[in-house]
Amino acid sequence: MTDIPLSNKRPRFFLAANPSVLVFLALLGLFTLGVTLLSEGAGTGALSTSFVKTLGKTLCLCLVAIAMDLVWGYCGILSLGHFAFFGIGGYAIGMWLMYARTELIVMESLTSATLPPTSQEVSDAIASQIFGVVGASELPSIWVFAHSLPLQLLAVIIVPGLLALVFGWLAFRSRVTGVYLSILTQAMTLALSLYLFQNDSGLRGNNGLSGLQNLPGLDDMPQSIISVWFFWASALALALGYLLANWVISGKFGNVIRGIRDDEARVRFLGYSVEGYKLFIFTLTAVIAGIAGALYYPQAGIINPAEIAPIASIYLAVWVAIGGRGRLYGAVIGAAFVSLVSSWFTGGQAPDVNLGFYTIKWVDWWTVLLGLSFVLVTLFAPKGIGGLFDLLFHRHLIDRHGADLGPDQGSKREEETGQ
Amino acid sequence: MARLMKAALLLLALSVAPFIAAAQEPSSIQQVLQEHRDAIEKSSRRTIGPAIDAIAASGLPQAPEVLRRWQEKELWQREADGLFFYAEEAGEDPAGEDLLRLFDLDQVSEVDVVPEDDMAQLKPNSGIRNMIGAALVRFQLSDPDPQVRLSGLDSISRDPEASHLTALRAAIVDEEDTSIRARKERLVRLLEVRFGEDTATRVAAIRSFAGDLGVDVRGALNPLVTTELGAAKVLPEDVAREIRPGKDTLSAEDAYTLLVRADLAPPLIDRAEQKSALEANIDNGMVGGVAIAELDTNAARDQAYANLAQAGIVDAVATESDLDDALAAHVFFERYTLDEPEIISAALDTLRSIDRTVSLNQFFDLVLDALSLGSIYFLAAIGLAITFGVMGVINMAHGEFIMMGAYTGYVVQQFIPDYTLSIIVALPLAFAVTFAAGVAMERLVIRWLYHRPLETLLATFGISIALQQLAKNIFGTQARPLTAPDWLGGALSFNDVVSISYIRIAIFVLALIFLGLFLLVMNRTRLGLEVRAVTQNPRMAASMGINPDRINMLTFGLGSGIAGIAGVAIGLYAKVTSELGADYIVQSFMTVVVGGVGNIWGTLLGAGLIGFLQKSIEWFNPSNTLAAQTYMILFIILFIQFRPKGIIALKGRAAEA
Repeated sequence: MTDIPLSNKRPRFFLAANPSVLVFLALLGLFTLGVTLLSEGAGTGALSTSFVKTLGKTLCLCLVAIAMDLVWGYCGILSLGHFAFFGIGGYAIGMWLMYARTELIVMESLTSATLPPTSQEVSDAIASQIFGVVGASELPSIWVFAHSLPLQLLAVIIVPGLLALVFGWLAFRSRVTGVYLSILTQAMTLALSLYLFQNDSGLRGNNGLSGLQNLPGLDDMPQSIISVWFFWASALALALGYLLANWVISGKFGNVIRGIRDDEARVRFLGYSVEGYKLFIFTLTAVIAGIAGALYYPQAGIINPAEIAPIASIYLAVWVAIGGRGRLYGAVIGAAFVSLVSSWFTGGQAPDVNLGFYTIKWVDWWTVLLGLSFVLVTLFAPKGIGGLFDLLFHRHLIDRHGADLGPDQGSKREEETGQ
Repeated sequence: MARLMKAALLLLALSVAPFIAAAQEPSSIQQVLQEHRDAIEKSSRRTIGPAIDAIAASGLPQAPEVLRRWQEKELWQREADGLFFYAEEAGEDPAGEDLLRLFDLDQVSEVDVVPEDDMAQLKPNSGIRNMIGAALVRFQLSDPDPQVRLSGLDSISRDPEASHLTALRAAIVDEEDTSIRARKERLVRLLEVRFGEDTATRVAAIRSFAGDLGVDVRGALNPLVTTELGAAKVLPEDVAREIRPGKDTLSAEDAYTLLVRADLAPPLIDRAEQKSALEANIDNGMVGGVAIAELDTNAARDQAYANLAQAGIVDAVATESDLDDALAAHVFFERYTLDEPEIISAALDTLRSIDRTVSLNQFFDLVLDALSLGSIYFLAAIGLAITFGVMGVINMAHGEFIMMGAYTGYVVQQFIPDYTLSIIVALPLAFAVTFAAGVAMERLVIRWLYHRPLETLLATFGISIALQQLAKNIFGTQARPLTAPDWLGGALSFNDVVSISYIRIAIFVLALIFLGLFLLVMNRTRLGLEVRAVTQNPRMAASMGINPDRINMLTFGLGSGIAGIAGVAIGLYAKVTSELGADYIVQSFMTVVVGGVGNIWGTLLGAGLIGFLQKSIEWFNPSNTLAAQTYMILFIILFIQFRPKGIIALKGRAAEA
């Protein structure tokens, strides 16, 4: 056996092989620094607290978009259910936030009483505080860990992961692929949101969990500071998520999942356990989505079952498609761009267009514009906004002589692997 | 023999007697009243009977009116000559005396205006008024107008009284209308259940209702078997059933309240009261010898309270800890309130048989409901069965085509006020509109995305949200009515349990028509042949002279057009909103996928399966349709595990096409 020449060896440290990761991390770091310096809580105050929160939420959306890009852009599974995992993460952390805060309030009111409260009284008072709106007065059994932050943090990871594992195992095992899988994941989301809409689901029905922006025990801390903390946490999570995703897609593992995307049967015939790879990616991305949700909803302040409705997951696919799937920075750009522009339009900040006979109010027409631009992107720019970078850096795909682009039949993207 | 003859003669004489009476028919109602003047003036419940009977039996047309007015105290007697009149107030004369305007009883014409002092008002007491009422009911029940008879029956069944029974029985003999007669007989039995003369009559009446579905029967029987809760140390013999507190329907607290009420246990002090009692007796940081800081468990509080009670500061009462012991030491039971075992057992038997019939009929009703829900899903999915099943194109905007059809129906109704005509116009127009929309979409978008199903899904989703928002901008967010014509209103009811609205029947029929149409087009027309050819092998079809582009366009248009018609039908049954289609899209895809892609029979089976499934789950848990939908989707996800290709899976080459 001869030594492999050094020049043919891949660099040992994968960051060196992926300079774009460094660029991304540097940009993210600069952005975080800039926002911090301009924030109300820690800087000049040029950015309002609510805008800092919006930016923090956007970073969380970018993180879940990365998860979506991993599972769809790289593995070819168009999951229309990843926002369900996002929502579950939010619910998991929301339960602790709500419980702990209510517990503090209840303890305060009970300690002022002459007798020290019994544990039964405390839990009854908390339950009636939280569940009064749905007419219940007992803590449902799924709240049994709600008193403990570590356990609920564990739930942020375990519950979406477990759900994805079971669902994915069932789906992949029976070789449900393509659009069938999409519809099935959509059905899963729909089932979950319908379930949560019930008042006796134990999660306050359509009221959802609220008051999540108040951290228990930190009532004296102004929201302007808390918003910066969450912004940092979101940025850190995004950076770690980006690194993790990049690590997953580079190397042999990445090649296999791209192979599964392009032609599942061939990869199977080569002896790879296609189902195992898909299940790993599906579960991993579900966990990432859960973490993103757990960071998102404390900034949003409220979570209800409408957040999990199938449409949310489809919007997630829209972001990734507009940003450009099959490249991680594309997902980040898409999520950030579309969600920020969307909130700009729907927030009533965009000026109305007066056509003389009709005034276009963007609050009403933005969705129409989004839908149509989505069709246009799918038709004419399958690479999305990320495709602009290819133009910028003069990266051209080899001429396919009219063969299809994209992660479907006949697509070959060998240059994407960077090898 | 002679005695028999005598009896026969007597019988004859008796049966003739009324005719003789009728022969001497009084000429005016005044005359009848005068004959019974003494009784009427005396106005006593015991003696008035013959007078009322005489008026009722007079056969005069004025009789019911006289009775009614008498009952309402509008009948007056002139003190001078004892004649009876209707009277109403007529103001005052110059001297300030109240005046009455008198009306003749027979002609109902004004005869005089007299001072009120000259007249005496007849004031029947409530007992007499009831007797008059019963006589009036008899009139109503034998009125020549069937409508009046029916309304009489209605009022009796609304508010039955014992006195109605005789009147009803009397009114059966002369009844000629068979259906009214049947109703009268049924009502008699129903009244006998409650007011029958003896136990045997009542039991017979109760047993005669075995298996009857009428709500009124259950309404009459259920009070007979009402129970009351009781508690005792040992179980008495005559109980309906024993009840375990904490399980069944009796909570532990309620059970204890029963014990307290039966003096079997001391009153309970609940935690809140106990707490306030403790708080009231704080002494130097201690309560009953226990430090306040230690009172954070129930046991410590019980101890403190017991200490207080021992010291005589508070009443010795049971605490919640004693509750379980007390409950364990006693039995709880239900006992019938009625003390007539024969009637109770007859009622129980009848109710059991009714329950059996009711559940059987409920099952039929469930089947009908499921069929109608299945046909709605089928209607919504049949367009998809073409675009998705045959062409393999995922059209997420399919729901929006359904919505467009419904809105087309709504717009047509704004121009054509006649509902029947507007529906007839709306159906083809909805087809035309959505056909055009489908063709446009195929030409502009889908054509470029064949073989890229995931991107088709996303692009059509973009169209879907755009169309939905567009509908919201045009028609607003509130629901628009799409009114069904009158002949589709109402419901076909087989009995009190099984019924189905005509709109659902119409949707079912429409679904059948579409199934037939689909089969006809696919199997018997040139277009169908070409569609199947293009589906199986586009290149080969093209070389045979078929233009695949044109066929794809037409097929897609056809699928979309059917969605439009389905929209009109669904709009009639549900409210038209911009989310109408979105509500059905996931279920429609489920229907197609469960049934098996590419096979219309599969879609039919899928729709039926989903319809039955959803209704059955709702049956087990009727209050919660959300849960039903959740469990149905979970079931479908599991179902796909076992039959990934649906109920009817395509085999061979067609499966790969």
